[in-house]
Amino acid sequence: MLLPTLVLLGVFAYFPLTRLVHMGLWRPNRFGTRETWVGPANFVEVLTGEDFRTGVWISARYVLLTVPIGLLLGLVLALAAHRRLKGIRVFQTVFSSTIASSAAVSAVVFYSLINPKIGRFGDVSWLSLADPDTALRGVALSSIWQNLGLTFVIVLAALQTVPDELLEAAALDGFGSVRRTTKVVLPLISPALAFLGVVLMVSAFQSFAQVELLTGGGPAGSTETLVFKIFERQSPGSISEGAVMSIGMFAITFVMTMVQLTLTSRKVHYGGR
Amino acid sequence: MAVGDRRVLGRTLRTTGSYLLLSLLSVVILLPVWLMIVRAVSPPFVYIDRGQPWFPVEADWGVFADAWSASDLGRAMALSLAVAAIITVGQLLTSIMAGYAFAFLDFPLKRILFVVILATMLLPAEVTLVANVRTIRELGWLDSLPGLTVPSLATAFGIFLLRQTFLGIPPELRDAALLDGFGHYRFLRRVVVPISRPTIGSLALITMLGAWGSYLWPRAVTTDPSWNTVQLVLRQLTTQEVDSANLAVAAAIISAVPILVLLLVFQRQIIRGLSAGAVKG
Repeated sequence: MLLPTLVLLGVFAYFPLTRLVHMGLWRPNRFGTRETWVGPANFVEVLTGEDFRTGVWISARYVLLTVPIGLLLGLVLALAAHRRLKGIRVFQTVFSSTIASSAAVSAVVFYSLINPKIGRFGDVSWLSLADPDTALRGVALSSIWQNLGLTFVIVLAALQTVPDELLEAAALDGFGSVRRTTKVVLPLISPALAFLGVVLMVSAFQSFAQVELLTGGGPAGSTETLVFKIFERQSPGSISEGAVMSIGMFAITFVMTMVQLTLTSRKVHYGGR
Repeated sequence: MAVGDRRVLGRTLRTTGSYLLLSLLSVVILLPVWLMIVRAVSPPFVYIDRGQPWFPVEADWGVFADAWSASDLGRAMALSLAVAAIITVGQLLTSIMAGYAFAFLDFPLKRILFVVILATMLLPAEVTLVANVRTIRELGWLDSLPGLTVPSLATAFGIFLLRQTFLGIPPELRDAALLDGFGHYRFLRRVVVPISRPTIGSLALITMLGAWGSYLWPRAVTTDPSWNTVQLVLRQLTTQEVDSANLAVAAAIISAVPILVLLLVFQRQIIRGLSAGAVKG
């Protein structure tokens, strides 16, 4: 019963890992007909090189541009929609609606809004896609919007697990609505927020579709995220470099997940204590 | 004013305030969609001359039909549907089988194998992309259904989710089924799957959602435009001339409609699937 799973994960998850190492150690010639040994020095060269560094830097900036704002907006939406009102389901549906939008669709949404040539807001200077200093912000905006629905439903689901009695007790103790939120609700939903944070960080670090559709990596390479750079390095002449970059990215996302999981497991409230 | 009146007034004000806030937030979220629709139905010359209007000007609803025929959208949507269906069915099968094995069977190396499978969650498809594309090429699977689907037929997430669900099935049921002479296969089909239908449904829906929206992998393993999935057609359209921008936008709207319908019909199940793992219970 396990066999299909083990074969599939073996071939498409574990084998590629070893294969990436091999591809990093051997460099094919221009036609891909012969490989020559370039050795571990290739790893050092690529991972300390300019391209990898800027790729990591751009992806990291992308995480910083999207995740905190996205989480905050999702939290605001969820707090606003978590109440008993007639018709609240309609609003909840609207808030979750961007789930229906794929990365490419939301990229087209913002293409129609902020593309310098055709967009209604194409000339808004602080998110102009034509300026290397601001282009990443424009791309980030489409990502924030796309993830709003997901962030909202997860935070809302978490809010709904907070027992009413607890809030009533806090109200009886004289906690106003603000203090109820910060002292009771937020600590209780912090595991969900932590989980969401990891998911959003890792996915933002690996964004590709928005970048390709909105800017194609430009202007002047200012939006070439790490995945974008890796994707471009698949020809025989550059695939060795692409493989090493992939391993570098693996190390980064691995550490990111681990660090955040251990940090948050200490700080967040899991009940019981 | 009596105290009671003031309280009623306060509550009415709060309710009105809530509705105002909720409406405002809805407008903010939907504004991009609205402007996108306006962009789609306004003929290109309108906004090239005057900037995009807030409301449709000289609306041309035929743009949706044009986008459909100009961009091969029907073929692309059929392909995306096929890809999503294959991936969903495949993932359900592998997840149910593996989940069952980990929940109900004893076999050597069980814990180690579970960790080995779970560890692939730390290994995103973006990392293995370059190597997997090469494997697909060597298999001769570029521009093919197997190339688009096979690497996504098993995921640690699905297996983990179903194992957790199966573990929640009371052991008495297993014992009763054994007494009735049920083998594993009959127990799985007659008891485990029907009981877990809600979770399996959620998993199916979010798998389908993910497969439909997937971009990087189809982009990497297709070279021939006739193998473009819906998402790739959008790329093709946005890289064309500015004059046809309204076609790209219209195509994006059409491509999102099936998913929107799915979301409206199965909202509860999709939300449960998406928040699995984040929220207990």
